Amino acid sequence: MDIYNRRKYLIIAIIIAVFVLIVLRLIQLQIFDPTYKIYADNNSQRRIIQYPPRGLMYDRNGKLLVCNQIAYDLMIIPRQMSSFDTTSFLKDMQIDKNDFLERLQKAKQYSYYRPSEFYKQMSKEQYAYFQEHLYKYHGFYVQARSLREYPIAIAAHIVGDVGEVNTEMINNDKYYTIGDYAGKSGIELTFEKYLRGEKGVKIYLVDVHNRIQGSYMNGEYDTLAIPGKNLELSIDANLQEYGEILMRNKIGSIVAIEPSSGEILAMVSSPTYDPNLMVGRQRGYNYDSLLNHKDLPLYNRAVTAAYPPGSIFKMAMALIGLQEQVISEYTSLPCDKNLVGCHGHPPNSNLMRAIQYSCNPYFYVVGKRIIQQGKETSIFRDSRIGLEIWKKNIVSLGFEQKFEIGIPSVYTGFIPGPDYYDKIYGKHRWAYSTIYSLSIGQGEVLVTPLQMANFTAIIANRGFYYMPHLVKKIDDKLVEAKYRQKIITPFEKDCFEPLVEGMYAAVNEDFGTGGLARVKGLDICGKTGTAQNPHGEDHSIFIAFAPKENPKIAIAVYVENAGFGGVWAAPIASVMIEKYLTDTVTNKWSEKRILDANLIENESTQR
Amino acid sequence: MRAHRGSIIRNIDWISIIIYLILIIAGWINIYAAVYDENHQSIFDISMRYGKQLIWISAAVFIASVLLIIDSKFYSAFSYIIYGLSMASLIGVLITGIVSHGAQSWFQIGNIRLQPAEFAKMATALALAQYISRDSFSFKNTKDFILCFVIISIPVILIMLQPDVGSALVYSSLIIMFYREGLNGIWLLFFSTLIFLFILSLIISQTVLIIIIVILTIIIYRINTYKFKQTAYAIAAAVIIGLLSYGILYFSDYSININYIVFFAALTYGFTGFVIAIFKRNKTLRIFASIMILAVLYVMLVNYFYNNILKEHQQHRISEVLGIETDPLGTGYNVNQSKIAIGSGGFGGKGFLNGTQTKYNFVPEQDTDFIFCTIGEEWGFVGAFLVLLTFLVLILRIIWLAERQRSVFSRVYGYSLAVVFFFHVIINIGMTIGIMPVIGIPLPFFSYGGSSLWAFTIFLFIFLRLDANRLEIFR
Repeated sequence: MDIYNRRKYLIIAIIIAVFVLIVLRLIQLQIFDPTYKIYADNNSQRRIIQYPPRGLMYDRNGKLLVCNQIAYDLMIIPRQMSSFDTTSFLKDMQIDKNDFLERLQKAKQYSYYRPSEFYKQMSKEQYAYFQEHLYKYHGFYVQARSLREYPIAIAAHIVGDVGEVNTEMINNDKYYTIGDYAGKSGIELTFEKYLRGEKGVKIYLVDVHNRIQGSYMNGEYDTLAIPGKNLELSIDANLQEYGEILMRNKIGSIVAIEPSSGEILAMVSSPTYDPNLMVGRQRGYNYDSLLNHKDLPLYNRAVTAAYPPGSIFKMAMALIGLQEQVISEYTSLPCDKNLVGCHGHPPNSNLMRAIQYSCNPYFYVVGKRIIQQGKETSIFRDSRIGLEIWKKNIVSLGFEQKFEIGIPSVYTGFIPGPDYYDKIYGKHRWAYSTIYSLSIGQGEVLVTPLQMANFTAIIANRGFYYMPHLVKKIDDKLVEAKYRQKIITPFEKDCFEPLVEGMYAAVNEDFGTGGLARVKGLDICGKTGTAQNPHGEDHSIFIAFAPKENPKIAIAVYVENAGFGGVWAAPIASVMIEKYLTDTVTNKWSEKRILDANLIENESTQR
Repeated sequence: MRAHRGSIIRNIDWISIIIYLILIIAGWINIYAAVYDENHQSIFDISMRYGKQLIWISAAVFIASVLLIIDSKFYSAFSYIIYGLSMASLIGVLITGIVSHGAQSWFQIGNIRLQPAEFAKMATALALAQYISRDSFSFKNTKDFILCFVIISIPVILIMLQPDVGSALVYSSLIIMFYREGLNGIWLLFFSTLIFLFILSLIISQTVLIIIIVILTIIIYRINTYKFKQTAYAIAAAVIIGLLSYGILYFSDYSININYIVFFAALTYGFTGFVIAIFKRNKTLRIFASIMILAVLYVMLVNYFYNNILKEHQQHRISEVLGIETDPLGTGYNVNQSKIAIGSGGFGGKGFLNGTQTKYNFVPEQDTDFIFCTIGEEWGFVGAFLVLLTFLVLILRIIWLAERQRSVFSRVYGYSLAVVFFFHVIINIGMTIGIMPVIGIPLPFFSYGGSSLWAFTIFLFIFLRLDANRLEIFR
């Protein structure tokens, strides 16, 4: 009946064999292997995390921008606690009983046997006390951590800040545990993986009095913390600092790029703040007050604010006109104020002069020739084709493109295309006359100051650029190859010459719009821009590069509500260029005028 | 046969009950030692786990008594209903259960937490016993064979969803019971091979293993047919197909890693062999080609499963035991601490409540999954050996009892109990001494917690009740 009866023997044999195997292992472990008995008398071990020093940041000349300071956290392991004199503890910690119980409860909720912070960033007095009296308090120990420090309080928007990790970060990245610090914004965030280094661990044996007796297994299981990698930024600290001083009491930004490398020399967003405010126990409070400030100091205008570019966009129109061969550098057009308003200036004998005088009607006509090239009889169909070509060319100049410069939340800006206008006006219901304001940089076009500076670099280079970036080297290794790749725009090199000449004349010849930027011997080439602002005074814009041949710096300055571009943005750009190229500023009058100006109050009185 | 109360007292297997009582009391004392706290020295202090465990134990003894009173026919009559209710509870816990240790495995009722997966083992054993004890049942019958695996698969899948891989793996032990009930020994071999290949495919690189499989298949097949010249042809064909695949994939636009190339080459080769076998009506070649294709697919699947399905900590636990990586501070930390605790116990142990490693060092889960550390540390090899011996005696006793049953139902149930028990004991203890992966399953009667204790008590006492009536039931 039960034909498989004999199988029980095999089953019993298997079971006994497995038990014998376990017993053999136990004999090995408990009787023959001495390693484990060596620790028989030791009471307990404590794993102390060795936090690596976070990587430092230097400017392009080796000047220290971001470094570390040490702070001490009081850690607790509730399971190891035993009764102690709470009164003296409370007195020396300067906390009250409820606070004490609350902190204890929080630690217990987290874990009984895993360490958590009892008190973060102790004062020096508290730390000194605890080093002395630690033996009395079982379950407590002091953990050293490093905090950020900014020897020169500049470039807050660029370097970003470091804060405690939240639960989401802990869940996403196993590296972090509760209480760790990580980059929260700026380069600190983007380069977190490089900056943070690798945590190490030291295992100590401690006796019943919680005193360290020595290392466990002679440190065989200890791992060293690997320091974070240092970064060399492309920023020139002197220039950055100077730019931030110039922009005090003004809202706007300055972006300066080295055209031959794409390295960002300075990136000022004003108003800014002292990065040291974002460190330590007062971080939360300071963060909130900055967040709620009416001028939005936390907002990095250089890369996130998108503005109409104003007249500097005429340069792009000229380029596309030349490329599409609807104009030549000798094209002469009358300043017909019936088309669009303009200011008084000598006649536009050629393209260069039109740029020098920033003539609106001239570029109105250039725009019309680009958008309505006559490829179709219907002006509506024709405009659609023309705008498509126009947009393709504009985008190739870096507009509406996201530059991964090394900090997060870089905005793309906006360049309208045919689909956009179809949506607003309907298909084939718009023509150049509807959208002509594009040609003078008004209307729907939005670009960031970073893109304006990059555009300037393209003109300075006569047709190519490098992806703008903020970090040059990671521990002496050059950054990714993508930052070292020349990006060539589709425009002929010859197209740029009249632009450069026009910009040169705009600054260095009479009737130029950027005369206030003139500095003898520096050959600054610049272009003014004024963006109409429905909310108040116009925005003042200036782009420039210098010297004319082999340019060393390309710069864009955008000052909100400061009026005509030649008045404020041009002199700011001029002193920045001079500062960078010669390390001095000769035009003290202009410098003082800028420093004394308070353009924020202007705006608020106007409203 | 007579069936009155006296007969139970006389017929019940008192040896098992005594071993059971020894184990739960030893377990209780060990929990006391594991979580000993100077401020709460009374073992009856119900604010501590040892106090609470006493409550669980009392309840367990009460449950055991009630089970002995219930008529044994009840269990066979209601086996499918009990199974159904248990599966419902597993579904329920996925909906209303609370999450702890990363798995949604517990019902919270007031202060009590119950883990339905613990009880599902007993319910599954009942259902299997009922199904296998049908007169017409045979493992040779495909339908019966499949249904047996379906009965097991339902709880396994539901428990995997929690996810609690440890508790799900327990069901694999039932294959031993199947073997006893007539499952072809090939299957035992098959599953051992699967496990063996699983381990191999994690230790050896996938590519090397697939190449080994292909070459082995060729050699064994050819040796079988004594055609050595053709062996060389076959190997040459394999190499050419491999190189061709490499060439095709290399010149395609995708960057493809060598693993895929070898995998596809091996499959192509296997299918070619299979097609040739069909044309030539060569049955041996067909079988060899099929086995090779399946083995290659399996190796690929294991790697996929390991890399993409298992969570990181599970990967670490497996690789730790296989010796692929050692990380004494991460995953290996628990096991390392556990080994130190057990190893430091030496031959005679440190004595009751003197186990410093378990007390101060916090071998995690020292009163649940790692309770064996306390035994090893405080009672040394002597204590650990005695505990193991007691478990072995209980398991062998259950098998002996199962063998004396006249009804297939009782025997199947008894064997299920024995193998599940066996699995729990060896995996749990094996894990604490570093020869099994860390999968969180409790040590029966020792680990702290009501669910495990109650579930094993019920599992055992239903069997003892069946055994007490062994002379009555003819099915």
